[in-house]
Amino acid sequence: MAEKKRKIFSVKIAPQECKGCSRCVNACPKSVLKIQENINQMGYFFATYTGDGCVGCGACFYNCPEPGAVTIYEKSEE
Amino acid sequence: MTEKIKLQRPKGFFSKFDRRPGPVKTNMHYCPGCGHGIMHKLIAEALADFDMQQNTIFIAPVGCAVFTYYYFDCGGISVPHGRAPAVATGIVRATPDAHVISYQGDGDLAAIGLNNFLQAANRGENMVVFFVNNAIYGMTGGQMAPTTLPGQKTVTCPNGRSTVNEGYPLKVSEMVAALDSPVYVERVALSTTKNIMQARRAVRKALQNVINKKGFSMVEALSGCPVNLNFNAQEMNEFIDNQMMSYFPLGCLKDIADNRDPIKRPVSIYAKNKVKAVLFPQAVDGGVDAEFENPSELFKKERRIKCAGFGGQGILSLGMMIASMAKLRNFNVSWLPSYGPEKRGGTANCSVVLSRSEVGSPLIDSDCNLLIAMNQPSIDKYLPELKDKGVLLYDSSTASAPENIGNRIVYSVAASNIAEKMGSIKCANSVMLGALAVILRDYFLEKDDPQDFDRVFEEAILDCFSHKKNTIRLNFNAYYAGKKAALEILQSSTVKG
Ligand SMILES: Cc1ncc(C[n+]2csc(CCOP(=O)(O)OP(=O)(O)O)c2C)c(N)n1
Ligand code: SF4
Ligand code: SF4
Ligand code: SF4
Ligand SMILES: [Mg+2]
Repeated sequence: MAEKKRKIFSVKIAPQECKGCSRCVNACPKSVLKIQENINQMGYFFATYTGDGCVGCGACFYNCPEPGAVTIYEKSEE
Repeated sequence: MTEKIKLQRPKGFFSKFDRRPGPVKTNMHYCPGCGHGIMHKLIAEALADFDMQQNTIFIAPVGCAVFTYYYFDCGGISVPHGRAPAVATGIVRATPDAHVISYQGDGDLAAIGLNNFLQAANRGENMVVFFVNNAIYGMTGGQMAPTTLPGQKTVTCPNGRSTVNEGYPLKVSEMVAALDSPVYVERVALSTTKNIMQARRAVRKALQNVINKKGFSMVEALSGCPVNLNFNAQEMNEFIDNQMMSYFPLGCLKDIADNRDPIKRPVSIYAKNKVKAVLFPQAVDGGVDAEFENPSELFKKERRIKCAGFGGQGILSLGMMIASMAKLRNFNVSWLPSYGPEKRGGTANCSVVLSRSEVGSPLIDSDCNLLIAMNQPSIDKYLPELKDKGVLLYDSSTASAPENIGNRIVYSVAASNIAEKMGSIKCANSVMLGALAVILRDYFLEKDDPQDFDRVFEEAILDCFSHKKNTIRLNFNAYYAGKKAALEILQSSTVKG
C-alpha cells in the first residue's frame, strides 16, 4: 500500500525584519508563535516560532505587514 | 527529505530598498501593525505572479504611502495630494500599454482628491485604484477624514465626529459603483486572516482587469492605523470588523468586467505639426501657400481691431470673418469675444489682433487701429480706445456721427437698414464687411495685390459660414450691398469735397 507523503511545515521569523506588532501571534490558529523577550536592532520585541506545530496555513505570512519577516517552509518525506 | 519555501518575501518588492534613506534597507517605514504593509504585500505578490512589473507604473500621492517607489520593483511616481488619478489618466492615455496603479489613502482620495478620482472613474480610465481607508489622516498625525466614523475621536474632532456638524462617513465604493463606467468595485478589510485572503482575491482580480484593459477598477481596503487610533493589534482588528464594517459593509459592489470589451482609445498625437493641424484645421476654401507674406508696410506692427454692438447683430462673427481673412493670409491672429450673459440683446464686442509675429495681448482696451461700431453706446464707449489716425466705421442706421473725433478717420454705412431690406437684420455684419472692403482699400492696401484683397473677403465669408451653407448666399449678397453702399457714399463725398 502506497503511503501518503507526509508534509512538515515550519516558519522562520527574521529577527531584524520584525516590528513586534503581534499580528502573526494573534492570527496563528495553532498558537505556535510568540513574542520573545529580546529586542532587535530597531528596538522591537520580535516574534518567534516556538518550534513545533506549524501547519503551514500562511496566516502569519499574510497578516504580517513586513515584507520579509515571515518565511514558511515545507518539507515532504521521500 | 526535500525542503522548499512555501511563502516568502514577494518578488514584486525590490530585494533591497536602496532608495529608502537611513540604515534600514529591507523593511518599510510604516509603523508596527500598519495596514499599508499588508496591502503592499498583497500587491507585490500579485505583480510578480502576473509577471506585470515591467509594464506597471505605480502612482502614490502624499499620505503614509507616498514612498511606494522605495519598495515596489516597477515604475513609480509620487504625486501631489489627491492628484494620482489625474496623473494616471495622463500616463494611461499616453502609453495605453502601461498597467497603471493608483494607491490612495482616504484623506487623499475622499477629501482633496475626490473630484480627480470620481472623474477618472467616470471616464472609465484603464487603471486600478487601491483605496486604503483607515478612517483617518495617518501621515499628518490623526486628523478627521471624510471616512472617520461618527463618534470617532481624532485630533481635529476631540469629542468625536458629530454627524450634525460633519455629516456621515463618505461611502466611496457605493458612489463609484453607482457610476456606469467602472467595471469592478469591491470593499475588503485588512483585519482577520479570512478578510485578508478575500482582499488578496480582490487585488488580483483588479490587476487582471488592468492587464486585460477592462477599464476602471477599485478595491477599497478597510485598514488599520493602530498608532493614531491608539490600538494594539487585536483592538485594531476589532475596530475594523465591528466599528468600520457597520458603516462600510464588505462585499463586491460591482463586477461587470466580463461583459466589457478591452478599451481602445484613439492613438495620442504628439508631433508638434500634427497637433497644430488638429487644433487649427486648414481653411476649407481659399488660403495661400505657406511662404506668402503680406507686403504692406502697415503690417510691420500688429493691427488691433475691435467690433462692438448689440448682441444678435453678428458682432462676433464679423470679428471672426476679419480674423479668418488674417488667418487665410498667414497672419497670426487672435479673436477674443466678450459679451453679457444673455444670448440676444445686451452688448457684445470682440477684439481681433493680427500680427506677422506673435500676437501680444489678445485684449484691446487701448491703441485700437480700427473700431467697427454697430450702435451708439459702442461708439461712446470705445472711441477713446481708438488711436490717433485710427479708423472708425459705424452703422449709421443705429448711431450718429460722434463729436471730438480728433485726427481719427470716420466712415459710416446704414448696415442694419440695408440688411433689413434684404430680409434679415442678421446679415448686417456682412454689410459692414462689404463697407470695410471699400474703405480699407486705400488705407490698408498699399502694395497688396488688389485682386487678392477682394478675394480674401470672399474666402473669409466662405470660411465662416461653411457650416451654415444656406446662409452663404444671403451673406454674399449683403457683402456686395455693403460694398455698393460704401462706394456710393465715398463717391458722393469726393464729389462734394
Ligand atoms: C496639498 C497638500 N495639502 C495637505 C498636505 C498634508 N497632508 C499630507 S498627507 C495628508 C493626509 C493623508 O491622509 P490619507 O490620504 O488618509 O493617508 P494615510 O496617511 O492615512 O494613509 C495631508 C493632509 C499635503 N501634503 N499637500
Ligand atoms: S503558517 Fe499557520 S500555523 Fe504556521 S506559524 Fe504561521 S499561522 Fe501558525
Ligand atoms: S506580524 Fe510580522 S512584524 Fe508583526 S510580530 Fe509578527 S513577524 Fe513581527
Ligand atoms: S501613521 Fe498609521 S497609516 Fe501611517 S504608517 Fe503609521 S500606522 Fe500606518
Ligand atoms: Mg488615511
